[in-house]
Amino acid sequence: MHELAICQALMEQVERIASEEQADQVLTIHLAIGPLSGVEPRLLEQAFYVARAGSIAANAELVTESMPVQVSCNQCGQLSDALPSRLVCGHCGDWRTRLVSGDEMNLLHIELVRQTSEDTAGAQDSFAPARRSYNS
Amino acid sequence: MCDTCGCNVTPGNAHLVQAGGRLSKTENGHEAIDVLHGLLDANDHTAAHNREHFNKHGVLAINLMSSPGAGKTSLLEATIDALKDELAMAVIEGDLETENDAGRIRAHGVPAIQITTGSACHLDAHMVHDALHQLDLQKLDIVFIENVGNLVCPASFDLGQHRNITLLSVPEGDDKPAKYPVMFRTADLVLLSKSDLLPVLDDFNPENARRYLRELASSAPVFELSAKNADGMDAWIHWLLAELAELEHRCGRLAAEPA
Repeated sequence: MHELAICQALMEQVERIASEEQADQVLTIHLAIGPLSGVEPRLLEQAFYVARAGSIAANAELVTESMPVQVSCNQCGQLSDALPSRLVCGHCGDWRTRLVSGDEMNLLHIELVRQTSEDTAGAQDSFAPARRSYNS
Repeated sequence: MCDTCGCNVTPGNAHLVQAGGRLSKTENGHEAIDVLHGLLDANDHTAAHNREHFNKHGVLAINLMSSPGAGKTSLLEATIDALKDELAMAVIEGDLETENDAGRIRAHGVPAIQITTGSACHLDAHMVHDALHQLDLQKLDIVFIENVGNLVCPASFDLGQHRNITLLSVPEGDDKPAKYPVMFRTADLVLLSKSDLLPVLDDFNPENARRYLRELASSAPVFELSAKNADGMDAWIHWLLAELAELEHRCGRLAAEPA
């Protein structure tokens, strides 16, 4: 169950980016995961609901794009779909192929809300009282 | 994986990367920040640092992976006995609990650093980095990293090794490469260990194991070997020495190149 370790690494990246972007909240985290990455998206999602607690992404949604397994054949040069356990060329059957998709384990992008997103002082001001009243 | 040159963008995921630069708005007006980093960037960064450290000292780093009980420690004991007169070796041992394996290695006169991972099912680059601080690489030729016995999790973590070795022991069955493709795809060499059991466990066909491995598009060599009766040890030792010679050649050449 290394998904928890991977999820912790994900949360560190998300928190760092959110802080750099001065975000107030992270809404969505988009990942691309291929079956040959060794990460099980369902387990990653379960780990995410634990790891997000108390963070800037506490209410964030995790959206995982499952990537297809595709190989490019070194012999006939064609592209074909493949199974994770059988990466042979779908056209000529040769085993000497190169994986072009299927081992991704990437953070693609995150959606966030930040108080300066309107780029006006007014927007910042309108946020500020709400915060004060929340604290009082 | 690389953060800067875009090599994370594969033909498979290119369509997912949003157009419009680093900052763009989503349909509902929220800000979307394009990232496209590997989830394990921090680990990969430390792994690269470890590898640089090994290269600087011309030390060959070998990551041994397998199921629990496939014979990693026995292989290391036999390897140490075969090479200890000509090479200086050390072992980093990864286990959930106990110093048993480190104790077995130390009994052969070689330093062993035990990493006990607790509940973690794999070693990562940070753990290996910490262990390296306890070794004097200046005095070593080869560092073996014996990963936690597990055919799943260790495959996802680069440690900074030069080569991955995956052991497949005869009692496990010859179709393991098809069942654990992520692990066997990472292997630079596959050792069919406990080959002394082949006459008894005749449902294990080494040719099947090779075929399943080729079907993963892997050209890694496959050696049959028994640490118990020393059959096949020569080919393994020869492979190891060739890898060490190649590393020394590469690092020597790197050092000679102007900065």
